[in-house]
Amino acid sequence: MSHPERLSSAGGDPAGTITEPPRSNGMGSVSLAEFAARHGLTRSAARPRLRAYVQELWQRRTFIWNFASAKTAATYSGSRLGQVWQVLTPLLNAGVYFLIFGLLLSQSKGIENYTAFLITGVFVFTFSQRSLTAGAKSVSNNLSLIRALHFPRAALPFAYVIMELQQLLISMVVLAVVVVATGEMPTWHWLLLFPALALQLLFNVGISLAIARVGAFTRDIQQLLPFITRTWLYVSGVFFLVADKVKALEERGHGWLGHILEANPGAVFIELVRDSIMHESYRATLAKAGAAQPTMLWVYAVVWALVAFVGGFWYFYRAEERYGRG
Amino acid sequence: MAVAKALKEKVPLATAQPEVVIDPDREPIVVVDGLHIVYRVYSGGGNKGNAVSALMRIVRRQNRPQMKEVHAVKGVSFVAYRGDAIGVIGTNGSGKSTLLKAIAGLLPAAKGAVYTDGQPSLLGVNAALMRDLTGSRNIILGCLAMGLSPEETKAKYEEIVKFADLKPGFIDYPMSTYSSGMGARLRFAIAAARTHDVLLIDEALATGDAKFKRRSRAKINELRKDAGAVFLVAHNLDVIEETCNRVIWLDDGRIKMDGDPTEVLKAYTDATGK
Repeated sequence: MSHPERLSSAGGDPAGTITEPPRSNGMGSVSLAEFAARHGLTRSAARPRLRAYVQELWQRRTFIWNFASAKTAATYSGSRLGQVWQVLTPLLNAGVYFLIFGLLLSQSKGIENYTAFLITGVFVFTFSQRSLTAGAKSVSNNLSLIRALHFPRAALPFAYVIMELQQLLISMVVLAVVVVATGEMPTWHWLLLFPALALQLLFNVGISLAIARVGAFTRDIQQLLPFITRTWLYVSGVFFLVADKVKALEERGHGWLGHILEANPGAVFIELVRDSIMHESYRATLAKAGAAQPTMLWVYAVVWALVAFVGGFWYFYRAEERYGRG
Repeated sequence: MAVAKALKEKVPLATAQPEVVIDPDREPIVVVDGLHIVYRVYSGGGNKGNAVSALMRIVRRQNRPQMKEVHAVKGVSFVAYRGDAIGVIGTNGSGKSTLLKAIAGLLPAAKGAVYTDGQPSLLGVNAALMRDLTGSRNIILGCLAMGLSPEETKAKYEEIVKFADLKPGFIDYPMSTYSSGMGARLRFAIAAARTHDVLLIDEALATGDAKFKRRSRAKINELRKDAGAVFLVAHNLDVIEETCNRVIWLDDGRIKMDGDPTEVLKAYTDATGK
C-alpha cells in the first residue's frame, strides 16, 4: 500500500515547511499502519471485545443506578408536588382506564375484581411501554455526554430501564394497597411477583437496547413509536381477558391469531402478575370464561426474556463504535 | 460510491504535507495515517423539500438534491507521542474540529485511519454534560461514567469543585442555568479528574477567564506528565503558545506546517496577516 500524500516531493517542499532532521534513517519508509501496529496502537474508538465490554458495563453499575435516580429526581423537580407524581401518575392512569373501560364500555363482564384486574394490567404494561419509549431516546438525548466521556454506551438504555423499574416498584406498592383494598388477601402466590418482574425487567432491557440503536440512527422512530405502543397496549389484554378473545377467534377459525395473542410478551407478563397478586380471582375469572389454566405462561416469559435480552444486547453492541458520530 | 468520487481529485504532490518523520526514541500514542474525512451536508436553497417532493424522491430512490459533500480533511498524516501537547491551528473551515472528531472516533474515515492507544476523549464547545441535572450530580455521574469507583469519585469531588471555581451555590443548580464559561469549566474539571490517554480539547477553554486559563494550563501540563497526549484547538494563539510543545497548522484540510510552536505560529501569523 502506498501513500502518495505522505511522500514529500523530491526537490520542493512547500515554503515554510519544517522538516525535523531525520533521527533514524530507513524508518521513514515504514508504513504508518505497521508502525502503529508495532507499538500496540489500535484503531481509534474500535469496539471492545464482548467480554471486556460486559466487564466495563458491570463496572458502571453505580453509574447506571445513580443516573436513573438523578434523572427521576430532575423530571419532577420542576413540579410543585415533586415525586408525589410518581404515585399519582399511575393512579390517574388507572382511573382514566377504569372510567372508560370499566364504566363506559363495561368490559368488566365476567371478570372478578375488575378494578384490580385493570390496574395490574395498566401498571405492568406501562413498565414495558415506557422502557421502550425511553430506550428510543436514550442515545440521541445524551449525545453531549457520549461525545465527551468514554463509557460503554449500553449503560444508557440500562439506566433508562432502571428509571422505569424504580417507578414500577412504587406502582407495585400502590397496586398492593389497591388489591388488598378490593378484597384480595396476600398469599404465597405473591412471591411469584419477583421472578415475574425480574423476567419482565430482562425483556424490557432487551427491547430498550434494540430500540436505542434504531433511535440513535433513525430519528423517525420517535414519531412512529406512539402508534406501535398503542397498538401493543390494545392487544395485550390490559382491559379484557385474553383467553376470552382467544376463544372467540378460535370459533371464527382464526386459531393462529389466538396463539399470537397468547404468546404476546405484553400479555404474558400482565397475566403472570395477575396470577400472582390476585390469584383466586384471576383463576376464578379464567374458569368462568371456560379457559384452561395457564401452563405456558412461564415458558413464554423465560423465552421472551432471554431472546430479547441476548438479542437486544448483541444488536446494540454491534454498533457500539458508531454512537455519537456525525 | 460518492465518497470514492470525492477522493479521486488527487492531491497535487506540490501541496502534499511534509513527510512524517518517526522518532524511534519516543512512544507513539496517536498515529494518523493518510486520513481523509468526507461528510455530507444538506445545503439550503433550491427546492426546500416540501412533502410532495420529498415523497417523490423516496419513490424514485434519489438522494436529497441539496446534499453536498464536504471533503474536510484531505490526507493528513502525523505521529503524536506520549507527553505531547499539540496545538492545532488554522482558519475557520480548515478542518481542525473535524480532525479532532476523527481522532476521537466520532467521524468515520473515508480513507486512511487513526490509531490510538487507549480511548480518546473530546471536549467540545457544547458545555453541559447533562443539562437538566445539577452541577454536583454532573460531577458524580461524570466520574462514575468515566469508570471511577464511588470512593474515588468522593475523593475527587472537592478537587473538581475547587478547580471549576463556580460561583457559590451554583453547584446545586441545573447545568442548563450555567453561563457558557461556567459550563465549560465544570466540564473540563470533570474530564480532567481522570488521566486520559488522549485528551482532545476543541475551544472548550476559550470561554474561560484569565484565572481559569492559568489553572487549565497547569492541569494540561499535569495530564501531559501522566504520559498522555493533549490536543488543543484554539483561536487564541497565546493559549497555544503557552501550553503546547508542538503546533500543527492545517490549511484547507492539509497539514501546512508541523513543528515548534514559535516557528509555526510566526509563519501562521505572517500568512494570515494578523
